[in-house]
Amino acid sequence: MRDSIRFIRKGRMVELRDIAPTALLLDYLREVEGSTGTKEGCGEGDCGACTVALGRIRDGKLTYEPVNACIQLLGQVDGCEVVAVEDLADRDGELHPVQAAMHDAHASQCGFCTPGFVMSLFTLYHSGRRAVSRPEVNDWIAGNLCRCTGYRPIVDAAVKVCRSPPTDRFATASADTESLIGFLSDNEDIFIGDSDRFFAAPASIEAAADLYEQHPDATIVAGATDVGLWITKQFRDLPKIIHIGRVRGLDHIGDTGYELLIGAAATYAQVEPFFRELDPDLGELLRRLGSKQVRACGTMGGNVANGSPIGDSPPALIALDATVELRKGRRVRSMPVEEFYIDYGKQNREPGEMVIGLLVPKMNASHIFRCYKVSKRFDQDISSVMGAFRFTVDDDGKISEARLAYGGMAAIPKRAKQAEEALTGTLLRDSRAWSRAFAALREDFSPIGDHRASVRYRNETAHALLGKALIEAAGTASNRTRVVGHRVVA
Amino acid sequence: MDLGDIVKGSPPPAVVHKPKPHDSAAKHMTGEAVYVDDIRTPAGTLHAAPGYAPIAAGRVTKLDLDAVRKAPGVVDVLTADDIPGANDASPKGIGDEPVITPERIMFYGQVLFVVLAETRDQARRAARLARAATAPGMPMIDVDDAVVADSTVLPDYTFERGTPEDEIASAPRQLGGEFRIGGQEHFYLEGQVALAVPGEDGDMYVYSSTQHPSEVQHVVAHVLGLDSNAVTVEVRRMGGGFGGKESQATQWAVIAALGVRKTGRPCKIRLDRDDDMMMTGKRHDFRVDYKVGFSREGGIRGVDVTFAARCGYSEDLSLGVVDRTMFHADSGYFYPTVRILARRMRTNTVSNTAFRGFGGPQGKLFAERMIDHIAYSVGRDPLDVRKANLYGGAGRDRTPYNMRVEDNILPEIVNELERTSDYRDRRRALAEFNASSPVLKKGIALTPVKFGISFTLMHLNQAGALVHVYRDGSISLNHGGTEMGQGLFVKVAQVVAEEFGQELDRVKITATATDKVPNTGPTAASAGTDLNAQAAMAACRAIKERLFDFIEQEWGVGRDSVQFREGKVIIGNRAMDFGELAELAYRNRVSLSSTGFYKTPKITWDREKATGQPFFYFAYGAACSEVTIDTMTGEMRVNRVDILHDVGKSLNPAIDIGQIEGGFVQGMGWLTTEELVWDSAGRLMTHAPSTYKIPTASDVPEDFRVALYESGGNRADTIYRSKAVGEPPLMLATSVFSAILDAIISLKPAVMPRLDAPATPEAIMRAIRATGAGDP
Repeated sequence: MRDSIRFIRKGRMVELRDIAPTALLLDYLREVEGSTGTKEGCGEGDCGACTVALGRIRDGKLTYEPVNACIQLLGQVDGCEVVAVEDLADRDGELHPVQAAMHDAHASQCGFCTPGFVMSLFTLYHSGRRAVSRPEVNDWIAGNLCRCTGYRPIVDAAVKVCRSPPTDRFATASADTESLIGFLSDNEDIFIGDSDRFFAAPASIEAAADLYEQHPDATIVAGATDVGLWITKQFRDLPKIIHIGRVRGLDHIGDTGYELLIGAAATYAQVEPFFRELDPDLGELLRRLGSKQVRACGTMGGNVANGSPIGDSPPALIALDATVELRKGRRVRSMPVEEFYIDYGKQNREPGEMVIGLLVPKMNASHIFRCYKVSKRFDQDISSVMGAFRFTVDDDGKISEARLAYGGMAAIPKRAKQAEEALTGTLLRDSRAWSRAFAALREDFSPIGDHRASVRYRNETAHALLGKALIEAAGTASNRTRVVGHRVVA
Repeated sequence: MDLGDIVKGSPPPAVVHKPKPHDSAAKHMTGEAVYVDDIRTPAGTLHAAPGYAPIAAGRVTKLDLDAVRKAPGVVDVLTADDIPGANDASPKGIGDEPVITPERIMFYGQVLFVVLAETRDQARRAARLARAATAPGMPMIDVDDAVVADSTVLPDYTFERGTPEDEIASAPRQLGGEFRIGGQEHFYLEGQVALAVPGEDGDMYVYSSTQHPSEVQHVVAHVLGLDSNAVTVEVRRMGGGFGGKESQATQWAVIAALGVRKTGRPCKIRLDRDDDMMMTGKRHDFRVDYKVGFSREGGIRGVDVTFAARCGYSEDLSLGVVDRTMFHADSGYFYPTVRILARRMRTNTVSNTAFRGFGGPQGKLFAERMIDHIAYSVGRDPLDVRKANLYGGAGRDRTPYNMRVEDNILPEIVNELERTSDYRDRRRALAEFNASSPVLKKGIALTPVKFGISFTLMHLNQAGALVHVYRDGSISLNHGGTEMGQGLFVKVAQVVAEEFGQELDRVKITATATDKVPNTGPTAASAGTDLNAQAAMAACRAIKERLFDFIEQEWGVGRDSVQFREGKVIIGNRAMDFGELAELAYRNRVSLSSTGFYKTPKITWDREKATGQPFFYFAYGAACSEVTIDTMTGEMRVNRVDILHDVGKSLNPAIDIGQIEGGFVQGMGWLTTEELVWDSAGRLMTHAPSTYKIPTASDVPEDFRVALYESGGNRADTIYRSKAVGEPPLMLATSVFSAILDAIISLKPAVMPRLDAPATPEAIMRAIRATGAGDP
């Protein structure tokens, strides 16, 4: 048992014993350290002004990932190197290559978002990518908002600085940093506080499950990309935090050949390549989910567990017939993801029971998969409507099974059972069956209207997305049916 | 070198016209640039957080603050009763914007009380604990509600020439329409913030993120019952303003000062983003109703348009903003007869305010939409109809407010962009694409920009500066303009460095402060450089005059044989360091400090008679945008944008390109993804970046070609013949909106789609459905 957190700042270990369970990394940097280069723009992880880099070992290698410090719990950085904007330039004032490239490209105007961009590009610079394209840069900085420049010079700077491999002192010191991080990594359960108020970061699944069973009123935190907002915006009192990011093996993603096993602490970033391999649309879905910062922390397990009706992964998981694994103490059970959702804010989960993983069946040659996300803005937005569709087509061209799952259409992510029925057993190109399915959608759903979309638009879009999937399944190339996310890159 | 040769002729400028980096660029990169929230606070600083009205209209009958006062860390609570002077933060001092409302509630989110606590977190949490009993009234939320109730903040106002109704009636063709233009949240990355520190004798030193330090000074003094000389306001830089800190920063600075007054301790307030979006004004949204008469070729004969603007609960800057809508309802087009009527509707929503373009973009969007409407109805390419209606030609140079357009270069700019953007070839290629593409449709549009430069409130067209030369030849620069990222400071410093022949780094740029340069106007109307660089130049020249006299006296060399260049002063055939001259001048008791003052010449405006020359000159530009829309979902991508923009002779091309690109993208956001939604109770539903979507990097077209228009310079006598650039480029984005219309109309030619702004996917689908085009 360890009653402190430890992390690396400016090449030295920092150890903190008395941290509040919901203390935030940004407040530590700005208010405790006085490192005011890192800014707060929104306090909800949407603008990226507070971006800092976390260095940790991924796949045996020192990796820098961008995170939003405003919604990152301080306790989450245990075992990491924390790099903020002040740390980049040399002590004699010479700008870091990323900073110099941004400076020379006239990539700042008001300058308030700039530290966040610098840190995002710092992680890109260290990502090992060379000859990056503008769309790649756009993805990398989708979580950084700039209201002044129009982004062009920032992207120019990124493209330029990534032409050559990193030569900064972080690259030079990487071996030292790796060994320091190695030194910090232990198998101790972290518990700071007392039984009424604590921050815990267990090292094993047994310890995590036991602790949660003892404290079913505790809050499980994986990436905190949602829980962070409970703190900064909703002022919820969260006296007991169980962070599962240190649980050994819980971020593992296994491939059995016919299914993926995704640990509850695996981040979206870790899942992304596996999903892209399942289907290009799943890769695109993850590309557009949150931002680089959100995907570096947020987990698919968390996305399923918090039960939002507009989460992006649940419709896809439901269409894929995925299963969620739950654990309470020593008892493990599983169920189809769709059965996990009961009603708005209500899941099939007992007190003290936690999501520990997802099982996602892979597809075979008889499957056709499509998913689409419609939002006001393409990047880092929440769906107005999301549709995920898996058709199983037999050798005769008949649809033997249709799994049509939607987000944004009901209080929970939900299948369109009547539309599925209308398609099942029909030929893939049978337009009359399509029409019946479109009509059935109106029976399947009665969505609400809100600031994202009206009832009418939601209904029309649910229809349009199924239509698009069928048109594409019937053979039309996606570059003739979509403005983004083409399945075949020319 | 033969100095005699160098002195002959005037050297080319060495510092101005150069793409110098923003003066703070390196500090932006390292995080060293200090914003108000980064200032090391004095020990004992309190943090303020507002508590707000939970209804949009009505009264507070009882405000129970017991739980607030008892909350951890709470030191005090401010209510309206704690205000010693006038309870008014309005820019004109007309008493319609209470700092803390005493009883009457005029919008959801209006400040009811303010918590003062040891930490910001404690203050914010405590603010939630109040219990307010209210007597709700019936709120008016949108323009239509206010029109029905005939509720306005100011009287209606009209520009009129000729008898447009007759001309429209007798024209070969007529049409009319109605559409909506959405508002816009500024989304400056740095939210509203102020820090007030007590001084001696009840004096107040206020650090505020404001575009208008003098107004903050005056209002703080007024609310606290102090003389203006007891209040000093300082602003080194803002993390973005865009008009959102012209009048909207004041209330928060006043609250910080009230906190100091009540407790004697320094006090800081930094609004949470959601509170900021809910409590501060935005771009005005409009309903527009129009009728137009025109020839069979689309030549306009008469225009009759009514603008109804949502002003919100108070007047704020709505007089000037909506006037500017009217001033720009012509875009770049000549209306032979015209009536422009503007109504300023009062609603129970936050008071709308300045936003880059100051109402102009909405007026211009109307004009472009009307032109599109005309073009589609006569079956011509909208570009041809645009060109046919541009100002120019005999008797076609009078605006609807009777000003002659004397510097028109739009025909040249539009023709050049038409050529460089390959408009005609792409138009043909696009028609072919659309003919063979059932789901995706493309559209293209080329639209002009003409924007009037000067404050239409005449007295604001003045500026002051203060320049010191120290004995080592280093220079200190101060002026009334504020830096919000637009590059004002570096441009003015370039002018000063040029005057003294010094490198830019010899000029120290200092924070705007009301005790250095008093009685300043807001940094707004794109006029920051035009005004402040002239004032700074005047200050430099006053110092140089004294130096010339000194040189003549000391060395007998006349001013014609003196040059300040390359860090030196060349006096006849002698050269010395500027610092050496400064030292000598000092020893000979020559003053090396001067103020400078400038007022814009030529301009006049009689609002009563709606006539005069309100603008010193116009800034011009044009943009060509191409888009693809998905006719099943309404999703839209901008494929390519070409811009040709007129900045006169640029003072700093790097800064100007930045303004053009940034302005365009901000305008594109306004017209596409940025949607403000209020519910029927008057609550803003889109109060955070999670729900209010400004453009991200991927929304910017990968093919984005921006060029400065090559010209001999501004025909008006501006600083180095440059032109203002802050606001005009925002309006280049109307090309995106017109291109979307163009894509939609390909589904059913000649049926004008009713597309409202912003053109979200849903709005595009609504417009598609309205054309009667088939289902997918």
